Amino acid sequence: MLWGSNARETHPIFFHHVLKAVKRGARLYVVDPRKTSTADWARAWLPVEVGSDIALANAFAHAILAESLEDREFIGRATSGFEEYQKVVERYSPEAMRSVTGVDPDAIRLAARDYATAKNAMICWTLGITEHHNAVDNVLALINLGLLTGHVGKWGSGLNPLRGQNNVQGGGDSGALPHKLPGFQDVEDDEVRSRFERVWGRRIPPKNGWHLTQMFDAMEHGKLTTLYVIGENPAQSEANANHCLKLLRGLEFLVVQDIMMTKTAELADVVLPASASFCEAEGTVTNSERRVQRVRKAVEPPGEARDDIEILSELSKRLEVDIGFSTARAAFDEMRMLSPMHRGMTYERLEALGGIQWPCPDETHPGTPFLHGRLQENPVRGPRAKFHPTEHAPPVDRVDAQFPIRLTTGRRLDSYNTGVQSGGFESPLRRGETLDLSEDDARKLSVLDGERVRVVSRRGSVEAPVRVDPSLRPGLAFMTFHFPEEVDTNLLTIDATDPKSGTAEFKASAIRVEKL
Amino acid sequence: MDLKHLEDTPTDAERQAVDDVVGQSRSDGGHALAPDARARRSLLLPALLALQARRGWVSRGGLGYVCRVLEVPPAEAFGVASFYALLALAERPAAFAHLCDDVACSMAGADQLRAAMEQRFGAPHAPEHRAEVHTRGHATKACWAKSPCLGLCDQAPAALVTVAGSSPSAQAFGGATAEKVAAAMAGRAIEPASYAICANGPRRLLARAGLVDPTRIDLYQAHGGFEALHKALAMGPAAVIAAVTDSKLAGRGGAAFPTGKKWEAVSKAAATPRYVVCNADESEPGTFKDRVLLEEDPFAVLEAMTIAGFAVGAARGYLYLRGEYPKAASRIAGAIQQMRAAGFLGSQVAGSGFAFDIELRSGAGAYICGEETALFASIEGYRGEPRSKPPFPVHSGLFAKPTAINNVETLAAVLHIVREGAASYASAGTAGSPGTKLFCVSGRVANPGVYETPFGTPLRSLLEMAGGVPGGRPIQAVLLGGAAGGFVSPAGLDLELSFEGARSAGATLGSGVILVLDDTIPLVPMLRRIAEFFRDESCGQCVPCRVGTVRQEELLARLESGVTRGGVEAEGLLLADLGQAMRDASICGLGQTASSAIESALRVLQPFPRSTR
Amino acid sequence: MTQAPPKSVNMRIDGHEVSVPEGSTILDACRKLAVETPTFCWAENLTPVNVCRICVVELEGARTLVPACSRKAEPGMSIRTDSARVRLSRKVVLELLGSSVDMSLSETFAKLKSQYGADPDRFGPRAPRAAAGEREAAEPGHHEVPDGSAAASVGQPVKVDNELFVRDYEKCMLCYKCVEACGTDAQNTFAIAVAGRGFDARISTEFNASLPDSACVFCGNCVGVCPTGALMFKSESDLRERGEWDESKQTVTDTICGYCGVGCQLTLRVQDNRIVRVTSPSDHSVTGGHLCIKGRFGSTFVEGDR
Repeated sequence: MLWGSNARETHPIFFHHVLKAVKRGARLYVVDPRKTSTADWARAWLPVEVGSDIALANAFAHAILAESLEDREFIGRATSGFEEYQKVVERYSPEAMRSVTGVDPDAIRLAARDYATAKNAMICWTLGITEHHNAVDNVLALINLGLLTGHVGKWGSGLNPLRGQNNVQGGGDSGALPHKLPGFQDVEDDEVRSRFERVWGRRIPPKNGWHLTQMFDAMEHGKLTTLYVIGENPAQSEANANHCLKLLRGLEFLVVQDIMMTKTAELADVVLPASASFCEAEGTVTNSERRVQRVRKAVEPPGEARDDIEILSELSKRLEVDIGFSTARAAFDEMRMLSPMHRGMTYERLEALGGIQWPCPDETHPGTPFLHGRLQENPVRGPRAKFHPTEHAPPVDRVDAQFPIRLTTGRRLDSYNTGVQSGGFESPLRRGETLDLSEDDARKLSVLDGERVRVVSRRGSVEAPVRVDPSLRPGLAFMTFHFPEEVDTNLLTIDATDPKSGTAEFKASAIRVEKL
Repeated sequence: MDLKHLEDTPTDAERQAVDDVVGQSRSDGGHALAPDARARRSLLLPALLALQARRGWVSRGGLGYVCRVLEVPPAEAFGVASFYALLALAERPAAFAHLCDDVACSMAGADQLRAAMEQRFGAPHAPEHRAEVHTRGHATKACWAKSPCLGLCDQAPAALVTVAGSSPSAQAFGGATAEKVAAAMAGRAIEPASYAICANGPRRLLARAGLVDPTRIDLYQAHGGFEALHKALAMGPAAVIAAVTDSKLAGRGGAAFPTGKKWEAVSKAAATPRYVVCNADESEPGTFKDRVLLEEDPFAVLEAMTIAGFAVGAARGYLYLRGEYPKAASRIAGAIQQMRAAGFLGSQVAGSGFAFDIELRSGAGAYICGEETALFASIEGYRGEPRSKPPFPVHSGLFAKPTAINNVETLAAVLHIVREGAASYASAGTAGSPGTKLFCVSGRVANPGVYETPFGTPLRSLLEMAGGVPGGRPIQAVLLGGAAGGFVSPAGLDLELSFEGARSAGATLGSGVILVLDDTIPLVPMLRRIAEFFRDESCGQCVPCRVGTVRQEELLARLESGVTRGGVEAEGLLLADLGQAMRDASICGLGQTASSAIESALRVLQPFPRSTR
Repeated sequence: MTQAPPKSVNMRIDGHEVSVPEGSTILDACRKLAVETPTFCWAENLTPVNVCRICVVELEGARTLVPACSRKAEPGMSIRTDSARVRLSRKVVLELLGSSVDMSLSETFAKLKSQYGADPDRFGPRAPRAAAGEREAAEPGHHEVPDGSAAASVGQPVKVDNELFVRDYEKCMLCYKCVEACGTDAQNTFAIAVAGRGFDARISTEFNASLPDSACVFCGNCVGVCPTGALMFKSESDLRERGEWDESKQTVTDTICGYCGVGCQLTLRVQDNRIVRVTSPSDHSVTGGHLCIKGRFGSTFVEGDR
């Protein structure tokens, strides 16, 4: 089940594997507000209303429980909190949720039945789940389905977020999170910290740091005045871009380290030109399946650009906190020493095995193709997995008479994020930014395909040409954020964020369309 | 599937033509890999033929509409449409004539007919060598083109005239003149030419042909029809297969594989459903015997298919008929209707518990589709490209299911075997080749036609039966077995017409072609025409055949013009290498036999005596 | 996940006993014995189509030669890979290809040509190249009757209709690999198919539409599998045209794609510090050798000013 994922366009090679399975008889369900090219391959497309994923997931659970298709044995042995969960989902019958989710109750039942009774079943999601103000709850609602049916901890099953960037997983693995040290070890754990402190030879602040949204809050309140941005373009990638720009401009000191002169870099006091990590530097990245893989230097970076690790090393020396190495391999070896799940991954083994999936605790370990296998053991090793009952909460940006159309955003096949990289090749598929509208809405607004319109949200407005898209339902509009130079879509989006993950609700804004 | 479809819109007439074929269209998508995707895909060729019949060509809008309805990628549909000679992808006149210039017709005035046509209608259709024709579909005015063998060699010269429209028509007729062609293009019915239907022994295959009105089921029954079916239903499948096995019936399409063995293998195959396919794609130059059976005794072919279905445990049969046989198509379609109405097809065949039905599928101008695996691909909606065997059709045939595929004449022979028993069947013929065989006698003989004769009859006797060469001219050679067969010299006319007799003479009976060349026929141009045929009809898949047939034609052209590369002997060595590689390394029988007749002519007839060059 | 080990099949190749798992092909068995068996249309990440016929071997008891790449190994088979018949067929196949297709960029072809003593010129000088659109206009069942003075070829102008890759069908040996990669074996986009028939058969979009007008999504998986250089990165084609393509100056480096999180392995070929070709190893567990438009063509942002 692909939930909030247009993998055909955004993870094309992953989708090759899905298609192989579909041809061997696997049943594909796609939950998406849009009838995407991914949905075109599905046994059924569940046209969920933007931001009603919890209601839909709970209705799935309701349908599964109504037909007693839940895995009682697994629930009893490996989980906790089932009764409370059951109590919550009781209120979410497919019929009752029809008006909330927009999905036909019979379609929910069919999909729920297939999901529950399949020998192996997997839910994969992307930003359709996580770019919401209640992103963590959305994820938990899906995890609950996995626990309800026992589709976790075994080959061919599970719950998989499809990573949108080549090393977003590796960033987390290696501690680029405000509350974790490398290997997902808690910052606030004294024992963990002291191990790192012994190796690093200095004190680590004992409190969790800020995530991105909290940083912007801190900027707003004058508590964060210096920012060092590496490989991000928040001036264009953040929601509510006007607000974001104002905050960046208000900083006392901004350092940007990037491979391109981005909009953010243009605001910086100091720009540190970096090398492109995937082909101008050595190192590792971690993909969606937790596979740590080697990247290698194939070309020399241009001009004064330098490898990130060199810049960091040099900077550490100037700051008199020498990190002690200037190569990716040395950094990785240090991480192996401190992060048990990376310990068995030597560069030699990564080369020989074509990457290794963590955890890999020692040099004889082959890596781990799937997680949570302990839940399938009897008795369960370690703590039980907890159901987290979640409740539907609609998007923050309400659709009303003034802003009657729901705008959701996403990627296209040949482009990527703000276009910094994908703008560098001449794609014959590229057609620039458009406001994609349903045939119905275009008619109601009496706008024609190709006509330029003003798109207005509660935060800002942009001008864009209309593209009539028959795959959109009435009331739903779609834009990308690939062409910020032409149309800065994120002037429209809302910066309401999930309190736990810090992710903004890019997927749900309310807009109106004005003729020019 | 996330297909990108053509934006061109179909005309209402095109839409209607496709809808009629497809039934209720299901273009809302989303279920590409659901079980019925295969069934939809298999409607591709019928839908394309419907477009062709409606407008006289397949337009972008029409093809695009078919793709939407059947969920077929446009590039694949284009690949299929461009495979078949009877489908036009650029606009052409609604009335169009295909004039045979193949081996038999070329001996019977095909050249003069073409000259007359050119005078009357202008230049023939030729592929427009301009890029925009195929990208934008420019109209061409030419209303006729030359054609490979139309299976009317007994009435040469032959023509096929199609008239597109809301009630499209197609007529194939012999004794063609420019006047007749013009009349047919104007929609008038052409009186059929006569040909011989003869037997010099028991009349089994031709029991009714030419004698009983083939359009009436009651007359068919009155003349022994369905007796075999009733008997088979009473015997049970195993006994039917045993009888066919005991009869030593061997396939009449050219390969001579034992029919009983084939049926037995299908009946024992584990996979279901199983299929019966009647290969009526008779396209071997010089061959027309199946046409006669299909036109003159259609119920017999369908009855035999039903028996085959009963024997192997199939519920569905397909009769794949070459697109150039409009009369056979209407006779078969009419016979299927009558058999359904009379309860001989349907959920309870002849009141038994056996359910069986037959679907007629039309080819669209591709000799290769007579190759069994190509035929399956064609029914399934793909290009008619053969595939490697194994797996054999008995295990993986139509829709990759166990399939008994038999030639028309083979099936027709089953009726006598079931009705009278294997012993009775063997009362005619030789020990190695029991029964009777149809031969297609054409070329320079007094009475061309189809002849039923017990196996073992000498070739010379059969030629005498056909009245010999008109004017008493000497025979130069006989092409035996078809373009994929071989030549027999005047010295070899005592050859005994049986599988073993042919084998011992280094020849093959092939599809039963006996094409007579008298001493006035220039041999080398005839050989070049055969080479031209294989070059045109190669599917193009494998290198030895795709390029080998081109090189063979070029070589024959050099022999014809006399401007050789290094002399006749060197050309002979080159041909030997080409022939050996095509025979050894081609995927299917087309390439494997593409040089057979030509090599045999050079070997047997020695048109280039050593001394002359 | 325990599976019964597959049964093994015992057979003989050139007199040597060999045992392979059930379901293996003769080619697998040949490779196990290190018996060199040439292929053009076969690839480990595609379904065998056995159309080039260069891999034919002699199977005892069989009327014709059989394709090693697709024919399954059967118990008791006895195979000859170097008999006179095999050598002749391979030689003629090479001659037929060499006389009709520009095989100049295929190293395999060059090697085999000398190994088998193939002489493509024995069919005469190559006929002049067709004009643009001429081969596309061919219709099944019709062709201009030749006089035999020259050997027909698939020669035609290069198709350049986008900035990412070019199609030089003069180099197309019709191995079907691109169609398979575009279709069911990988991409499932079905932008191209084989159209036409016989010697006029060709790789085509619907009604010969240009690639940008077709269903093509520019994944370049067709380019990745092309064995003859008929499909080529525009960057490579431009360099070759200018005579600047120089493999001695090139490096080949494996890395991971810089876009989404799937982790596709890229093999970057670099000349003069520019990425001139991107492929992926066909045995890589993530890609199976296949990439998307961004992975295949999207790396050029590292070049030029930034």
